[in-house]
Amino acid sequence: MATQKTVSATGNAVVADAMRQCKPDVMAAYPITPQTTIVEEFAGFVAKGRVHTEYVTVESEHSAMSACVGASAAGARVMTATSSQGLALMWEELHVASGMRLPIVMANANRALSAPINIHCDHGDAMGARDAGWVMLFAETAQEAYDNTIMATRIAENPAVLLPVMSCLDGFITTHSIDRVDVLDDESVAEFVGEYAPQNALLDIDQPVTHGAFAGLGGPFFEFKRAQRDAMERSREVISSVGAEYSELSGRPFGAVESWGMEDADVAIVVIGSTAGNVRHVARQLRAEGVKAGIVKVRVFRPFPYAELAAALSGVKAVAVLDRAESFGAEGGPLFLEVRSALYDAETRVPVAGYIYGLGGSDVRLELIERVYSDLSDIAAGTAQPGGFVYLGAR
Amino acid sequence: MATLKELTHREDRLEGGHRLCAGCGASIAVRQVLLGAGEEPVVVGCATGCLEVSTTIYPYSSWKTPFIHNAFENSAATVSGVEAAFKGLKAAGKIPADKRIKFVAFGGDGGTYDIGLQSLSGAMERGHDMVYVCYDNGAYMNTGIQRSSATPKGAWATTAQIGSAQQGKQQRRKDLTQIMAAHGIPYVAQASISHWKDLTAKAEKAFAVEGPAFLNVFAPCPRGWRIPYNKTVEIAKLAVQTGFWPLYEVEDGVFRQTVKVHNKKPIEEFLKPQGRFKHLFKPENAELLAEIQGDVDRAYGALLGRCGAQ
Repeated sequence: MATQKTVSATGNAVVADAMRQCKPDVMAAYPITPQTTIVEEFAGFVAKGRVHTEYVTVESEHSAMSACVGASAAGARVMTATSSQGLALMWEELHVASGMRLPIVMANANRALSAPINIHCDHGDAMGARDAGWVMLFAETAQEAYDNTIMATRIAENPAVLLPVMSCLDGFITTHSIDRVDVLDDESVAEFVGEYAPQNALLDIDQPVTHGAFAGLGGPFFEFKRAQRDAMERSREVISSVGAEYSELSGRPFGAVESWGMEDADVAIVVIGSTAGNVRHVARQLRAEGVKAGIVKVRVFRPFPYAELAAALSGVKAVAVLDRAESFGAEGGPLFLEVRSALYDAETRVPVAGYIYGLGGSDVRLELIERVYSDLSDIAAGTAQPGGFVYLGAR
Repeated sequence: MATLKELTHREDRLEGGHRLCAGCGASIAVRQVLLGAGEEPVVVGCATGCLEVSTTIYPYSSWKTPFIHNAFENSAATVSGVEAAFKGLKAAGKIPADKRIKFVAFGGDGGTYDIGLQSLSGAMERGHDMVYVCYDNGAYMNTGIQRSSATPKGAWATTAQIGSAQQGKQQRRKDLTQIMAAHGIPYVAQASISHWKDLTAKAEKAFAVEGPAFLNVFAPCPRGWRIPYNKTVEIAKLAVQTGFWPLYEVEDGVFRQTVKVHNKKPIEEFLKPQGRFKHLFKPENAELLAEIQGDVDRAYGALLGRCGAQ
């Protein structure tokens, strides 16, 4: 295990520190609440000469990702950070980054999308980009945000993957709260992530290559997309092995899904991000009262860990999925749709209830979680059915 | 400054066999600009548009130099990222400190005057060591001749049509070269493919400066302008001779007209050979034609004033 230092810091501060430790050659970023302290912190490293990074203070998020694409194609290790409207403005470029197979690492401070304008947490921004071809990691805590950033670098740059990775942390809840975090020493991180060995770098003047060619005339566009799908599928194994290696280095466990109480659970909640802590707290209390409550936290959303999720939920009598994002007109939120699909091939049909919660930072009170477990107990007992759309705690 | 003989010995970095139209002004602009880079290695970026789609049809490429296309509005931001990577990799010791590479971004007027203006402005303001080249053919030619903010007043375009209520584009064109000069960057110039010596000399200067440089190159589109494919250069020359497209440069803020116009010709001589202006010569449009002449005279006079002479 590496030397570690325990610090009290915000999620954004340790994400910025993880980026510093990964030694990017280029950072191109634009400020947006609640991501700002990441780019400010990093600007401090630049000013103090603590990084060799060329820091491009672009004029928009669209240009941030455009510059990241250029820099990554050039052969540099590239990082950025954004949130909400910024991620939405990047949307076009997210697809270019993954389509050009560029291993860019981006932190996303999850925040609601306008309108109405709101600066607080939900997952609508990231979920809106879930089909953009990025590997997507979600953090429950500042510690996980730190760890995910370092792992993201290794996952993205693995020659079998070469895909961009989005590392999400909950706006304000995780980005701005001061938390206890164990931080690895610089040398261990540098050794863990290694040097980036780019392929077909634009700056290899002696072997000129064309990036971003036109594949539109009955051309191989379709095959390029399948190659991208294959890379995303290969990333499952890479995520798993990088996670295992990182666990050994840090002493902290990592799973695409992380379960608590699922060995004998009757009722289970599936959730993403910081709310997992609230759910675990309630489950622990309910266990003391004799309710066999469990929780499954999804830490990797793309590629979606459907096999691990189905395995974790096997044997339960009722499942609830908490979505901090809408998918208007769909049967449930994005996570609900994935979870129910993952359970389709299960031997026994488990009732799955969907809840939309916490949009735009709407409070996630413990009694709301208790209500979900109570609903699940009724469904498990056969005295109730999943109740269609539930906006948890909406007035 | 290179002589014609020297220029003829320089390698073309845009290889023939691409699928641009016969008489396309864009490929002439690119070849002349890249001649100005001399023997130095060049990385080329390009906005979505005719130039990009016609030169990089996978698995083929006409570019004998590293090339990147990203999207429509971000050629400047993309190349600024490439240039930043060059600096970052030097700082990391992964590229020798004395290595020299030139960076150039191309975009049409749609990708530059309109959708790419913010990206261009940002890249120039940040001071990247790069040249941005707009090949101005005055409309969205790749999507089918839609008007842009570079389209001249009175021109027909598929989104500025001729009818009882309207005679082509109603607004004056935006003066992008002046906007770029207002950025206070080391080098800005307006050039035309009809004046190769002037253009290659400006390209040489643009590549030579440390920091950002901007070239606005007049590059007729026979298809969009409704002119024969063998009239590209002739029409471009008329744009200069009528004062519609004056050739000048702004070096560290100092304006200089690089090709003087003696006996400025009436704007009609530039407009008349082009099908896109045909309607202007109907008797009922005489007033509009006079208005266009007035616009050209005013802009030309103002420019000469900035050049501090005449």
